[in-house]
Amino acid sequence: MLKKVTEGPAGYMPQSAPYMGVELAPEGQALLYGNKVSEEEAMRDAAKALLTRDNPTIFPGPQVLWDWKDDVAAKAEALLELASEIPNCKIIPMPDYRPKYPKIDVKAEINPNHPNLTILDNKIKACVFVGVHCHYANLTLRMIRAGTDCYTVALCAYMGHEEAMASIRDLHAEDIHKFKEIVIEERNKLGIEWETTLPPENPSLPKEDLTTLSPADYGEYRSLIMTRKGEHVTEVE
Amino acid sequence: MSLKYITPAERFKKYLPKDYVELVDYGPFGKTQEEAGPGNMGQFKELVEEHPMCSGCWMAYYIRLIFASLPNPEDTVTLGTAGCGRLAISQAAVPFIYGNYGDQNAMASGLTRAFRLRFPDKTKDVITIAGDGGTMDIGFSMTMHSWIRGEKFTTIMLDNEVYGNTGGQSSGMSPKGAVLKMAPKGKDFGKMPATELARAAGCVYTVRMSPTNIKKAAKIIRRAIFVAREVGPTFIHAYTSCNIEYSIPTHEVFADAKAQEKDRFTFEEYMTDEAKEVIERVEAEEKAARMARKAQKTEAVN
Repeated sequence: MLKKVTEGPAGYMPQSAPYMGVELAPEGQALLYGNKVSEEEAMRDAAKALLTRDNPTIFPGPQVLWDWKDDVAAKAEALLELASEIPNCKIIPMPDYRPKYPKIDVKAEINPNHPNLTILDNKIKACVFVGVHCHYANLTLRMIRAGTDCYTVALCAYMGHEEAMASIRDLHAEDIHKFKEIVIEERNKLGIEWETTLPPENPSLPKEDLTTLSPADYGEYRSLIMTRKGEHVTEVE
Repeated sequence: MSLKYITPAERFKKYLPKDYVELVDYGPFGKTQEEAGPGNMGQFKELVEEHPMCSGCWMAYYIRLIFASLPNPEDTVTLGTAGCGRLAISQAAVPFIYGNYGDQNAMASGLTRAFRLRFPDKTKDVITIAGDGGTMDIGFSMTMHSWIRGEKFTTIMLDNEVYGNTGGQSSGMSPKGAVLKMAPKGKDFGKMPATELARAAGCVYTVRMSPTNIKKAAKIIRRAIFVAREVGPTFIHAYTSCNIEYSIPTHEVFADAKAQEKDRFTFEEYMTDEAKEVIERVEAEEKAARMARKAQKTEAVN
């Protein structure tokens, strides 16, 4: 198979996949390195990449992170089941698309405006995009191909993405279950032993006990604390 | 949809960043102004927090105030254009649309109409927040025509009296004689009469102010939004100084805003009879709801 779309880094502003002659897969088919293949073939290649490359990560987008539609719960459940079958898989969310300045927390989230920061910092070599609105997924996938050597998988509920190495279209909860089964099969074939484990929680979530929080915990910013009506904070100065 | 799009999928809540979890648990969505409004800023998770504006920026403060005053943040869309303001506005947890320079009011016209067609049973607020250059200079024709057409949305002009983001060129809103980095000889003509132009173009509610009083500024913002929902275009012309280009020491920014209240930004509020009717009705409803909640609270205590 001639690989038209491969892992990068392809360099600053690479030629876009459609310009290289890649077309979206018709219904019932998928894209693998820019070629139209069967859905199963694309899923098997994606599964192998997720099982053998460093730091596999799933990037769920707003369409699966927020409970805006009836099918979100089933999809979220299926995605977590998939993640728990991939050894050492992490989940780094893309909760929305607003720019994050002066600095994004690369351990906690990914942003479509500079996805390479999260991928390079976490040394991610294989990733899955799911639930990201198509126009932002196209932008993000191309930026990743431009600046990183990460293998990208697009699980799309619509027509798929040319810029991903593996793109599966019309994907819903039952298809994610099918993908999970393929991951387990490939894992057994490769002889990788793994006990089903949920990915770690978001590293930005607080571990401290907020009931014992005192103004001193705010360090140099303690003078900015606004008191409640009638409350007198003596530890400020 | 409204509140559902800021409710996390149950299984994913522990995978969301801390910022978003706090926004869901302690943010202003679905809450009243007493619970999460300008009166208790700093005590709830605000819609805009981190921003890359300069130290002492009065515009950043006013933007923070705008977002804390929104009557319906879960159903609000803001639009902006190039300038300092959009650096903070775009980072707020409210959908933001950024277009070409000066076309924010044209975009808002289309968006408002689309919302009314797509969601006829819902109230969706559209607010354009742009600087003096985007509203009165480069975006002038689009701003004026949106008002002339009577488009129902709110326009807020953050007037820092200079093109602060590009090195200090004078704008139509710079005062006469202002000496700026890129206007070393001083500006030859005076400020454009923004609120007069707005009234002439058909705005039904216009305010010129220096937002030094949080409560008053918040009330104005809410009034403008309520009137725009029902009657027609509304306009707030707010002084948001540029302490860098006008060399105002950080600790004197507030004093400068206070001084402007007696100079170029004397408080001026105009409303049509129709707008007045809406304001009186909404504020009476809000007051009644507030009293009812208070009575409920007292009853619960007893």
